Amino acid sequence: MNREKGKTGSFPRRVKVDAAEVDRIADLARLDIDQEHKARTAEDLGRIVEYIGQLEELDTEGVEPLHHVLDLRNVLRDDEPRSSLPVEKAMMNAPARKGDFFLVPKVIEGKDEG
Amino acid sequence: MNEKAGRELTLSRRAELLQSGELDLAGLAEDGLKQAQDKSDLNAFITLLPERARQDVERVKRSLKNGQAGPLAGTVLAVKDNIALEGEPLTCASRILDGYISPYTATALQRLIDAGVVIIGKANMDEFAMGSSNENSAYGPVRNPHDPERVPGGSSGGSAAAVAAGIVTAALGSDTGGSVRQPAALCGVIGLKPTYGRVSRYGLVAFGSSLDQIGVLAGSCDETARVFQVMAGEDPLDNTTSPTPVPDCVATLNRGARGLKIGIPEEYGGEGLHPVIERAISEVAELLTDRGAEVKPCSLPHTEWTIPTYYIISSAECSSNLARYDGVRYGLRLQADDSVAKTFLSATQNGGQECPPHQSTITPGDTVRQTRQSGFGPEVRRRIMLGTYVLSSGYYDAYYLKAQKARRLIREDFVNVFREFDLLLTPTAPTTAFRLGEKIDDPLSMYLSDVFTASANLAGIPTISCPWGKDDSGLPIGVQLMADDFREDLLLAVAAVIEAAR
Repeated sequence: MNREKGKTGSFPRRVKVDAAEVDRIADLARLDIDQEHKARTAEDLGRIVEYIGQLEELDTEGVEPLHHVLDLRNVLRDDEPRSSLPVEKAMMNAPARKGDFFLVPKVIEGKDEG
Repeated sequence: MNEKAGRELTLSRRAELLQSGELDLAGLAEDGLKQAQDKSDLNAFITLLPERARQDVERVKRSLKNGQAGPLAGTVLAVKDNIALEGEPLTCASRILDGYISPYTATALQRLIDAGVVIIGKANMDEFAMGSSNENSAYGPVRNPHDPERVPGGSSGGSAAAVAAGIVTAALGSDTGGSVRQPAALCGVIGLKPTYGRVSRYGLVAFGSSLDQIGVLAGSCDETARVFQVMAGEDPLDNTTSPTPVPDCVATLNRGARGLKIGIPEEYGGEGLHPVIERAISEVAELLTDRGAEVKPCSLPHTEWTIPTYYIISSAECSSNLARYDGVRYGLRLQADDSVAKTFLSATQNGGQECPPHQSTITPGDTVRQTRQSGFGPEVRRRIMLGTYVLSSGYYDAYYLKAQKARRLIREDFVNVFREFDLLLTPTAPTTAFRLGEKIDDPLSMYLSDVFTASANLAGIPTISCPWGKDDSGLPIGVQLMADDFREDLLLAVAAVIEAAR
């Protein structure tokens, strides 16, 4: 990849993607990458990050970011009540439930009251 | 008339024969289901819906009898398995949605149902629509009907294969970076990606929300246009749908190419583009010139930034959208504790019934992490990691914000070029169908399959892929037409010119 042509400008110095970086990202992403796959993940991610990093060579001085291709506008509707998904349908795919509640492992640490 | 011949007709002719009784809708649907089973090696479907198809047939037959048949009576449809159909499984080809049943139907699909389609199944795909080969499916790869050792393209690979194999007459796909058009090209069928905002995304499982559109794959321009016509238009359930009126694309299907200015972007070629595809572009350019169009070169100067820009934005949106899969409200939940072996618990296994509270020492955080790690396949995890990286503190400006600026430059390229040109003609994919396994270990080379398609998603413009000839191995070649916002009518009319000359 040709890195000579562009200016680096405000680009932060790119950090190498290593095992520690994989841990940091996996933690943010709520993934649980085991030791065995960490090196491969770092290598793949490193190559892709290097590839997308070539964008630093593009001059975007004074260019407004494009968040959305449609012209932005407020889309409003009349403030009238209307039906939404019934509770039973919203709950039908729950992995675990009690009545109309989703059950999850206990959040507060301490004695297991089962 | 036999069913195979029936499926090969245009939809309008098929509808006439159904009305006159020369063709039987039940036979058409049953034969589609039988074909799906006979061709199960293609692995084009995740779920077949024979009961539902029979009910659809009865309903449509009644409407035919009453003389109130909808405009899509006669369409036998496959639906990509990231589009919701109430009461039926929706997997996104992912383990994390194991056992999930859609509680409602996508707007676009509901409009097709109301117009008389018969749905025979949910089509295989790359997991969460991430991939260009359909090898990233938890339900196994789809094979290309033209050569089972080759990929059908992706991510709507099952939809494309089902149409190409003659199992269905049309299929719904979704297109975030080329996922309708690239498999359409590799399988030799028509693939339309509408303008962003043209078709409701309500009920389409989100991947890259600023890029995603539901698209149509079909054997003919006629059927593509008719299906698109029914599903397009504003939807109160999706605030990003446009109020721009939908012109009658079916009525203008025969307008021809006369008087149109068609540009060939000079950046869409060069190294990596197979000569046989380059030749196809020249042949189509010659054809369209012969039919009265003016074809000449044009320039989209920011083309080289398409793929980096696309992968930053789509992965960032992917990591945000897929944060919802946490094993709490639906889908897979992995339960693990220190002493017990990991077990999968899915909604199907417990039937949605009450479960006792978990007797374990694991935290909710562990449950979420382990569920996500086990439920997502390698490519989806890779995109989530990449998206999280580009959005993370210290990198946001350098990657995500930079990519959004690049996106504006890419869109402006198109705005400028459509001041002069009505349409652009480009390749759909850089190669014909590649071999299974050829690129699966090299994510970057897989990403480059989208080099000619992802720009349209970044810009929001509509595009279509249509088949033109075959390579030396008999594999189909696709050419792509691009148009300005909301000009699907032009795309379909010129695709029909190409189709007629095939």
